[in-house]
Amino acid sequence: MSKLLIKGGHVVDPANGIDGIFDVYCVDGKIVEITHHASRITHNDCTVIDATGLHVFPGFIDMHTHLREPGYEYKEDIRTGTMAAAAGGFTSVACMANTDPVNDNSSVTRYILKKAQEEGIVNVFPVGAVSKGLKGEILAEISDLKDAGCVAISDDGKPVSDSRLMRLALEYSKPFNLPVISHCEDLTLAGDGVMNEGFISTKLGLKGIPNAAEDIMVARDIALAELTHGKLHIAHVSASGSVELIRNAKSRGVNVTAEVTPHHFTLTDECVTGYNTNAKMNPPLRSISDIEALKQGLKHGTIDVIATDHAPQNADEKDVEFDKAANGVVGLETAFSLSLKLVSDGLISLSVLIEKISLNPSRILGLDKKGSLKVGNDADITIVDLNKEWFVDVNKLKSKSKNTPFENWKMKGKVVKTIVGGKVVYEG
Amino acid sequence: MKLNRKDILSIEDLTKEEIELVLKTAESFKEVSERDIKKVPTLRGKTIINLFYEPSTRTRTSFEIAAKRMSADAINISASSSSVVKGETLKDTAKNLEAMNPDCIVLRHSFSGAPHILAGLVKCSVINAGDGCHEHPSQALLDMLTVKEKLGRIEGLKIAIIGDILHSRVARSNIYGFTKLGAEVRAAGLPTMMPCRIEQMGCRVFYNMEDAIKDSDVIMMLRIQLERQNAALFPTVREYSKLFGLDSKKLEMAKKDVIILHPGPINRGVEISSDVADGRSSLILDQVTNGVAVRMALFYLLLGREL
Amino acid sequence: MPDKRYVMDSKGLERALVRIAHEIIEKNKGIEDIVILGIPTRGVYLARRLNDILKTAEGFEIPVGSLDATLYRDDIGFKEEQPILKETNIPVSIDNKKVIIVDDVFFTGRTIRAAMNVIMDFGRPASIQLAVLVDRGHRELPIRPDYVGKNIPTSMQEDVKVHLVETDGVEEVLVEEK
Ligand SMILES: [Zn+2]
Repeated sequence: MSKLLIKGGHVVDPANGIDGIFDVYCVDGKIVEITHHASRITHNDCTVIDATGLHVFPGFIDMHTHLREPGYEYKEDIRTGTMAAAAGGFTSVACMANTDPVNDNSSVTRYILKKAQEEGIVNVFPVGAVSKGLKGEILAEISDLKDAGCVAISDDGKPVSDSRLMRLALEYSKPFNLPVISHCEDLTLAGDGVMNEGFISTKLGLKGIPNAAEDIMVARDIALAELTHGKLHIAHVSASGSVELIRNAKSRGVNVTAEVTPHHFTLTDECVTGYNTNAKMNPPLRSISDIEALKQGLKHGTIDVIATDHAPQNADEKDVEFDKAANGVVGLETAFSLSLKLVSDGLISLSVLIEKISLNPSRILGLDKKGSLKVGNDADITIVDLNKEWFVDVNKLKSKSKNTPFENWKMKGKVVKTIVGGKVVYEG
Repeated sequence: MKLNRKDILSIEDLTKEEIELVLKTAESFKEVSERDIKKVPTLRGKTIINLFYEPSTRTRTSFEIAAKRMSADAINISASSSSVVKGETLKDTAKNLEAMNPDCIVLRHSFSGAPHILAGLVKCSVINAGDGCHEHPSQALLDMLTVKEKLGRIEGLKIAIIGDILHSRVARSNIYGFTKLGAEVRAAGLPTMMPCRIEQMGCRVFYNMEDAIKDSDVIMMLRIQLERQNAALFPTVREYSKLFGLDSKKLEMAKKDVIILHPGPINRGVEISSDVADGRSSLILDQVTNGVAVRMALFYLLLGREL
Repeated sequence: MPDKRYVMDSKGLERALVRIAHEIIEKNKGIEDIVILGIPTRGVYLARRLNDILKTAEGFEIPVGSLDATLYRDDIGFKEEQPILKETNIPVSIDNKKVIIVDDVFFTGRTIRAAMNVIMDFGRPASIQLAVLVDRGHRELPIRPDYVGKNIPTSMQEDVKVHLVETDGVEEVLVEEK
């Protein structure tokens, strides 16, 4: 029997309404007891972690990660990607299907899970493709993907442009209870845009992507979710109009959830100034009023989840002209600190933050032994020093790629230990 | 007053005083171009590379003549024909050129921001000779020189820039430049040709040609990129010409002594009619002459920095 | 306050120019075929004044121009900032003319070397002569002036300042510590 006792930490577990000093006792990778009186636990062969002055959370779950394996191991692989996740306090990640080959059939899913078993240091939950080859033409074998271990389906990286196919995906996935994660972008309107359409794009002479390119697709997907009663999750919301559309839909009872990334609620398109390719991502960084809308969305529950859209890109793909540069930023290792800012700014409580970064993702993805420290759940636990300050040093990132717009940023709140299945996989 | 910078990447970067210094210096260089021996030894032993990723005989020739008149060695590399740059990343090209120890690279590129990237990669000076839809600083400087020469001042003038503002680097540089020198700039064109929030650059927006040119001192016609017409900012060239092409009839609505600029090459009968292009008000050829003087001034001011 | 010594006042300046004018007439046996080119800024004003004196003496005017030698200098890239370009205006053909270069202070000789190269690029003069208001020494090139208003030995730690009414509102020459 392996036993772990985390003593004296401030435990926050929104699912159980716990917010105070407790001891957490785990046996064989499961949570056994949460108690005020750990002194009564007198097992001698128990590993003890003194968490005095620290916070103890259910392990973070990132429902939007690009691990890049198979096919793009030069950007990231399952080992480095899960190391980055652990360093960011994430005990589980859901990895997107836009690999090579695409994760549109069970053999790729099984390959990913086998690699994760062998080399991954946190839990990996594959997201299967909606369409074969992400081509947006015919549905992938969604039932098979589910059986192999996929927890959601998504063509992320691109939208499902064909409305009929999106309808079919929402309908077909219903009996398998898989959410359809939608990357909302009207490609004809986005055109060859490379950043947010606004004064900055005008000034820099870069082609813009208007907010409407996202809003249109969010509206369409909501309409289709309403039509089909399917389970819709909107990925990386960036535009204020989308927040409003989702708020409305929720108030009508539409089965829709949504996520936002830390970079979208932290940075504006000003960040692109100087043709900074580390500020190039899709959807693009928007305006200050969009940031405000995203924050209000988080505050009022319109936006359920904070997800990273961790998208590693090799330096050679970023060290080029802005138009040619690849989209995406790495996010796993900076996500929590950036999100904690929402708490210190008084926007949301710590408990709500934990809902968005752990509990809600577990519910949307149906990971019923995760997202809370309930007795019997997996002992996936993140221990954080909320007051510890640190600087983002790209050379110290665990991720294979260093494409972050937060280089040299001063951060507050550092992951001290990441525990997966009762084992410490990361120590900060 | 000095131009204490390594590169000329945009007019947005330059202060009013720096622009005035370049114009004043360029005026002196016009005299050199009128001498029998149009060559001064100022930049003897300096190497200037004209790196052109987009074909542009006019701009490249102007930079080349400017370099040669100052006795610099000018080398032309065009991306379409050269193995130096074919299939190579800008970063690798920069490293290769750097190894040849040039003193200045003049870059024309179809992507906005490419000169900015190059400038960060090389120790030598970089002059932006037009990047994507971003800026074309030497063009704006020669336009300002032409206007100043002809009208004696820039402050207080009304400058109408007509055409596809959205895709025009010339427009962006001129809006910044003329505004900094105290002119009122009007951007006129179809609504489909107006970039988002262009008025934040300090210009007024017009969707009607008459209103824009009525009391303007300068009309600057932009070239319509016929090859980009499939982007379909307007239904037909005919309809565009009807609305925003400058012909003698529309010119009657303008002030008698208005002057007309065009960055060239012109599409006769599209954005400007032949009689207007060749007419009394047109300063199109003065612009070409002034282009050489402005580029000589830029070389002089940049390459004379302390090493 | 840095040390200053006045070495010429407006009277002395006027006398020096009159003397130079007469030496020019004497040396060239009149002023036929002479072109005077001043080095901007103050050399140009001195050139004009010389022309006025010559006109009074000889009864006719000769061509006066300005000659900026900046583009022919040998110190491009060695100075912290580029000198501002000034006007070059050579009003007539200088072929077979006697060109007299006029400058305020004669120092290393490098400016005059550059000025001679400019003149050579403009044509083929019969001769080039040099008139300076002050010769402060420290030559770096084998060049000597034909006409000197005043020799003022200086150290390298000193500057010679010529002030003219046209540019400075006063008439004086002074030497000051750098
Ligand atoms: Zn996406």
